[in-house]
Amino acid sequence: MNKIISMEEAISHVKDGMTIMVGGFLGCGSPHRLIDALVEKGVKDLTLICNDSGFPDIGVGKLVVNKQIKKLIASHIGTNRETGNQMNAGEMEVVLVPQGTLAEQVRAGGSGLGGFLTPTGVGTVVEEGKEKIEIGGKTYLLELPLRADIALIAGETIDKFGNIVYEGATRNFNHLMATAADTVIVEVEKVVEVGELDPNHVVTPGIFVNYIVNGGDK
Amino acid sequence: MDKKEFIARRVARELKDGDVVNLGIGLPTMVANHVPDSVNVFFQSENGFIGLGPAPEEGHEDPNIVNAGAQCVTILPGGVFFDSSISFGIIRGGHVDITVLGALQVDEKGNLANWMIPGKMVPGMGGAMDLVTGAKKVIIAMEHTVKGNHKILKECNLPLTAAGEVNLIVTEMGVLEVTAEGLVLKEINPEYSLEEVQAATEAKLIVDENLKDMLV
Repeated sequence: MNKIISMEEAISHVKDGMTIMVGGFLGCGSPHRLIDALVEKGVKDLTLICNDSGFPDIGVGKLVVNKQIKKLIASHIGTNRETGNQMNAGEMEVVLVPQGTLAEQVRAGGSGLGGFLTPTGVGTVVEEGKEKIEIGGKTYLLELPLRADIALIAGETIDKFGNIVYEGATRNFNHLMATAADTVIVEVEKVVEVGELDPNHVVTPGIFVNYIVNGGDK
Repeated sequence: MDKKEFIARRVARELKDGDVVNLGIGLPTMVANHVPDSVNVFFQSENGFIGLGPAPEEGHEDPNIVNAGAQCVTILPGGVFFDSSISFGIIRGGHVDITVLGALQVDEKGNLANWMIPGKMVPGMGGAMDLVTGAKKVIIAMEHTVKGNHKILKECNLPLTAAGEVNLIVTEMGVLEVTAEGLVLKEINPEYSLEEVQAATEAKLIVDENLKDMLV
């Protein structure tokens, strides 16, 4: 089973109207080459699940600027003015979610949970439309899982089976999103043979990974 | 001394040896510069690590090591990276001793508004709602007023970040504690009179019987 594919083939999996998750935190740990290819291909009407909307010229912000996003689910949009502009003009629906809730929604989506209870957002606009459940005298919001058609994530080193090692603070949402999409495509800097990675250092098991794009090859 | 530095220095005195601390962007970040050498704290960065160190020297930046404001930082010996789920498990789970954040408004019930102004500015809450809900102690570090307008109110009128979670407010005028009875002025900057502090505060202040000078 060869998981290594070309950038062109990788991007062919993303189709108009799909729901995609993209890893990264303000561009740190984002799959930058996959994003650039997505901009070039111009697929549209995407629902994007990402921590933030990046900067206009960095990360998923480029997809926003290129008007490829129909709906955005994120925790922060303040670093990309274009997101606010499209939201105010009614061109893009934006759902703002507390960052910890977003991370846990993705985790729940990838780990077979029907939802979870969090105290975050109680007494704020975040609770609107959500079920409130009291346990032990404390009020929680019922938050539901998130899944996607495709997750585009980034890692540092991967073996040919798909076991991923990360560098620095880049694992953020990448590891979680690898578990929560029907198809998972990873962009990496370096591909090694199976057996070369120390199993103690692997963060994301290769069973979650469908395709690998070797960015370091270019 | 600059107002912001004065506030940051006073907040730094709240940190105790061994505390896990999360600092917000802007003024709160300055607190890290004023922690005494005798106090060892662990700074948490919600994008995924504990052991946040100072900015790297020029030419030594690593784009993979940034803080939650996307600025290049360093990780100290003993530091550790993790994913966003663990990061917010740490935050919501009560493993952060102190979070220091700025505010648009804060009120006498400990309500905080710091993530949007409807129709004007909607940056999103990022990790602020989780931090304010989960941290053991929430400290607001901010200038007392904005363009002469009150920020410390009887009741916030902007969308809340969290209800009833603020413990302490530190401004250039004084240190205020949120209690069930209301806001207690614990310390006052000797450069201001009680009347001036009250005039700059919409909420009615309760003056602590042991009111102290605010020293940094």
